[in-house]
Amino acid sequence: MTEVTQPALTIDALGKKCPIPIIMLAEQINHVPLNAVVSVLADDPAAYTDVPAWCRLKSHRHVGSYELPGGGWAIHVRRNY
Amino acid sequence: MAYFDAASTEPLHPQAREALLAAIDVGWADPARLYNQARRAHLLLEQARTEVAEALGARPDEISFTSSGTQAVHLGVLGTLHGRRRAGRHLVTSAVEHSSVLHAAGVHERDGGTAETVGVSLTGRVDLDAFAAAVAGHDTALACLQTANHEVGTLQPVTEAAEICRRHGVPLLVDAAQTAGRMPIPPGWSVLTASAHKWGGPAGVGVLAVRKGTRFRSFLPEDERERRRVPGFENVPGIVAAAAALRAMTAEAAQECSRLSALVDRIRETVPKIVPDVEVIGEPVDRAPHIVTFSCLYVDGEALLTELDKAGFAVSSGSSCTASTLRPSHVLEAMGVLTHGNVRVSLPRGASAAEVDRFLAVLPGLVRRIRQDAGVE
Repeated sequence: MTEVTQPALTIDALGKKCPIPIIMLAEQINHVPLNAVVSVLADDPAAYTDVPAWCRLKSHRHVGSYELPGGGWAIHVRRNY
Repeated sequence: MAYFDAASTEPLHPQAREALLAAIDVGWADPARLYNQARRAHLLLEQARTEVAEALGARPDEISFTSSGTQAVHLGVLGTLHGRRRAGRHLVTSAVEHSSVLHAAGVHERDGGTAETVGVSLTGRVDLDAFAAAVAGHDTALACLQTANHEVGTLQPVTEAAEICRRHGVPLLVDAAQTAGRMPIPPGWSVLTASAHKWGGPAGVGVLAVRKGTRFRSFLPEDERERRRVPGFENVPGIVAAAAALRAMTAEAAQECSRLSALVDRIRETVPKIVPDVEVIGEPVDRAPHIVTFSCLYVDGEALLTELDKAGFAVSSGSSCTASTLRPSHVLEAMGVLTHGNVRVSLPRGASAAEVDRFLAVLPGLVRRIRQDAGVE
């Protein structure tokens, strides 16, 4: 269970269409310390693909995507630099 | 206006237009009848069939004409599965096939069959090991693979896939919609589908080729036309024009496709240098000659398409906001690449270097402005 770190910051992007969740994530990732986790709450299906793709492009780490009971996902990203 | 959406439809080839107008006058009668006008229509139809067969590497009696590429896929997938019901009920496709293949798979599943999609790499190329494992399943009746992906241009390893299928006695349906007329058809297919308007023919004509010896049985009510594979009166003038376009495109292909491919290379190399935070998608070398796709981070795909349209460029996008559905393109999802801010440029015959240069000149400013409007630094 070392993987599921408590997020240091939760970004509520529920109801928002891509690219807005990604823009919010890019703006706020530097608000957490190095190696901390940001959780993006999103329900646009595009975010499910786009947050991990953003991590790959920006060399941050996609930790995992967890389904939310009300629909959508909590997508966890670890700040790498 | 620069038209850069050939992957959706190639403008009508001048030779197809000429053939269409001539055939409307002389090829209108029912080719199944016996009087003079009918025999003329029949002759035109069979000449076109021979020409199309030759261009696609098939025998004339293997070729049936359909009303579209989509219909060719629907009939090809479901007719082959129907013909092989006793051999198995399992269908194998790549995850990035055209929606017509995936929707036919959906019908097969609702009819009690099973379907499996094989994943692709980050560049959209099917995982051949996983494909081979799926084909080897005891119940597999049919496998489907496209020659090139319609959204990102990546060429699929069709020759290798065909060899795998041959070893396991499983027929392979090859969807050649994006490459027919532009590149040679890879060998080894059992069923081949294509669409005339993608090679400069008119809309309303598709091709379904069934290799001799492949079990095939239409699932539709019986009809005598097109070797019982396709119901309904043939669109003879459209088919004649389609054959003329295919002949013309194939004759020009070697030269024109290498010219377009160099322009695609220019876009692939230049875009990341002049637009920050952009990802060029798909295989850089093993690709269709005319297609290039990229995604711009933090950009709304619909906004970018609208701005490009205003600037005089017709392009398409796999981003969800530009589609009729709420989901982004299943191709981009399966590849695991950015789905927003997506632009597909696909160059038609005759696209000029000057148009491409003008596209590259206006793109950075448009992307910058859309990002600024969205509050991105």
